[in-house]
Amino acid sequence: MAKVLMINYEKCTGCRLCELVCSVMHEGVSNPSRSRIKIMKWESEGLYIPMSCQQCEDAPCMNVCPVKAISRDEKLNRVMVDYNVCIGCRMCVTACPFGAMSFDSIGKKVVKCDLCDGDPQCVRFCEAGALEYVDADRVSVFKKKDAAQKLSVAQKEAAVLQPQMFS
Amino acid sequence: MALNRKIAYIDLSTGKIETKPIPLKARKLFLGGRGLDAYLLYNHTEKGVDPLGPKNTLMVSAGLLGGTLASASSRTHIMAKSPLTELLGSSNMGGFFGPELRWAGFDHLVIKGKAEKPIYLWIHNGEIEIRDAGYLWGMTTTETQWAIRKELDDEDVKSAVIGPAGEKLVRYANVMTGIKDSAGRSGMGAVFGSKNLKAIAVRGTMDIKIAYPKDALDYNKRFITQIVSAKVNQTQGTLGTPFIWGATNSWGGIRTRNFQYNQCEYADDIEPERFDEIAEETMGHYHMAGCFGCQVHCRAKYRIPSGPYAGKYDEGPEYTSQGAFGGEPDCKNAVTVLTGNHLVDQWGVDNLEIGSIISWAMELYELGILTDKETGGLDLSFGNDEALLEMIRRICFRDGWLGDILAEGGIRASDTIGKDSFEYLIQVKGMSNLHSDERATPALALGIATGSRGSDHLRSRPAIDLYHLPEEVLRKVYSNPVPYDGPLSSEHTSYVGKAWEVFWQELCYMGVDCLGICKYHTTFLGATLPNFEDWSRVIYYNTGMELSPKEIWDVAERTYNIERLFNIREGLTRDDLRKGDTLNHRYFDEPCLRGAPDVIGAKIDRKKFKKMIDEYYEHHGWDENGMPTPETLKRLGLDEEPSGLV
Repeated sequence: MAKVLMINYEKCTGCRLCELVCSVMHEGVSNPSRSRIKIMKWESEGLYIPMSCQQCEDAPCMNVCPVKAISRDEKLNRVMVDYNVCIGCRMCVTACPFGAMSFDSIGKKVVKCDLCDGDPQCVRFCEAGALEYVDADRVSVFKKKDAAQKLSVAQKEAAVLQPQMFS
Repeated sequence: MALNRKIAYIDLSTGKIETKPIPLKARKLFLGGRGLDAYLLYNHTEKGVDPLGPKNTLMVSAGLLGGTLASASSRTHIMAKSPLTELLGSSNMGGFFGPELRWAGFDHLVIKGKAEKPIYLWIHNGEIEIRDAGYLWGMTTTETQWAIRKELDDEDVKSAVIGPAGEKLVRYANVMTGIKDSAGRSGMGAVFGSKNLKAIAVRGTMDIKIAYPKDALDYNKRFITQIVSAKVNQTQGTLGTPFIWGATNSWGGIRTRNFQYNQCEYADDIEPERFDEIAEETMGHYHMAGCFGCQVHCRAKYRIPSGPYAGKYDEGPEYTSQGAFGGEPDCKNAVTVLTGNHLVDQWGVDNLEIGSIISWAMELYELGILTDKETGGLDLSFGNDEALLEMIRRICFRDGWLGDILAEGGIRASDTIGKDSFEYLIQVKGMSNLHSDERATPALALGIATGSRGSDHLRSRPAIDLYHLPEEVLRKVYSNPVPYDGPLSSEHTSYVGKAWEVFWQELCYMGVDCLGICKYHTTFLGATLPNFEDWSRVIYYNTGMELSPKEIWDVAERTYNIERLFNIREGLTRDDLRKGDTLNHRYFDEPCLRGAPDVIGAKIDRKKFKKMIDEYYEHHGWDENGMPTPETLKRLGLDEEPSGLV
């Protein structure tokens, strides 16, 4: 079963270590502007949301590429750029609805998350658990469980407040 | 590479800006951050300079490993002659400014002169521009940061700014970045204000080349595992620094009512668990935030639950706000602490200093040394929450006679107030003590008495001294990288071997301050955390520079001596109550009135304390007056300072 990068943004502490390790892993440098993952922040509200490639099944970047340089790698469930074919036109950057395809102005190429060939470094270093690498079908199971728990708590609270409804 | 960041000399009087590389020799001798800043301060200021005059030189820097894969390499260091103490001014902050400064191409800014009108510096990928800050003057710290982002049309700009307190030259105004990251101590915000420097904005997209990426990643992972597996850091990561206040209060190691008592009774509403509850209620289950690259994430996010500032977002509170606006003034309400914390963050003033100063004024009011006439009718009694918050405002805006006087700092205020007000001022070298009580812990007392920036717990506190670790464990920690075979004691009430502990911790904290790493990632709260040996490898993997653990130790010692030379040049003498290595008489004369059996009744023994200071000087290679001997200076290569290397 192919895995996916699961982002639990509530757990993100905003430390940006993911950005650092991503740029070191891919480019050998510390430079978040070249990272494939980026934490979007609303600092005055304490809200931090890591954004990265969703590895879409029907990827707009892939569809828009005029030279067919972008393809899906089903084995690792990821969308990959073939730099031997890529002409650097940046149509994919324009088409991506998540801003996950970016242009590295130092490396002069488009860059996106490649899941570090199956060992995503952002996940490896995120002790807070905001980033996890899990089997694709598990993502919704975790959410189902969370939602179910909330439902159960809500029902118990309701039973305390309005016992007659449940009698 | 990580060593190619530059130094910029900025003269605000003339507008002249010069950038230069940092010679490798300077790196090897002083690393970066606080180390190189201290060298620059000693070399670029004249003796007796007015701290608030144009001739004071202000350094803003990132550490040698800032922004790299050393863990928590987030710190920004700021140094100048202190307007509060007239001695060494030095303070550092977390957040994201330091790494951004490095991505923008710089490690050290040396700021001289004074701008004609309010300005800010805009530093972007190797370029520095002086821009108008007229429209920013008067804004709070966060308003300033968001306004700069708007003006520059870039959400990723990071700024170090001052608030109204810095503009008004409150002598303990801080410099802030983000919501709550503050270079709080020793009044660096007032130095910004005196230069009409409202902010420094940075944004960078330049590579910092990592020498050995795979090793750097793997070692960082090892570091993180070591750091987050320490129980103390796990607790920090859920309760933040308030947990320390809670733990030490239960034992009798905090201050309340301006040092009259060492334990705050019936304080449930300001216990760490209460703040955690409020954070959970207002921000949700996951409510901790971290500085750059840090996995400890010690600060909580919260909204003020009620009162005049209900709904306002802030971060913290730290131990210090809990002490400053809770325990010390005996205001035992969580909302008061959270509100006080918010006000000092917004107006830009050191929470520790302002809390101590107000509590001192409260004791003077209780004693009748200050009356309603001086307070302008304000009932400055201990436990009066509203008066506390009002006094914060008056000081930050220098409103009224007392607000203006207290904004000058304790020693100047005591000179104005007169009577025996000075006797009640709990300070060392003109800087107020943390809201902890050191009478039962001689090692901690020695640390605050000798700290190079005045009374302080972040210069040398041997916190692990409180853990009663077996002597062989202590020896293992404290015999690295230089062997130590002198006496040591596991007993926290003992005076034996404590001088070495303080000396060792001084050099350890100097190490992280030069590298730009947070103290929670070294031997501060946990005995098992990384220090010299690990730094040697981290420096190598990230920068390629080879330095042995002993060489890093030498850098720390060299730098500590430069700070000492600066302080001596500015008038430090051993027993001077205003500028020396000693404590307020209450440490020696008044016993602890509350606390655990090994605390109650405790006070510092003058004779043993003097002996401890002698030993401490000896470890440093200083004479009995605390002056570095010619041999020591020669050994450290400081016999020809100032040497003008940078």
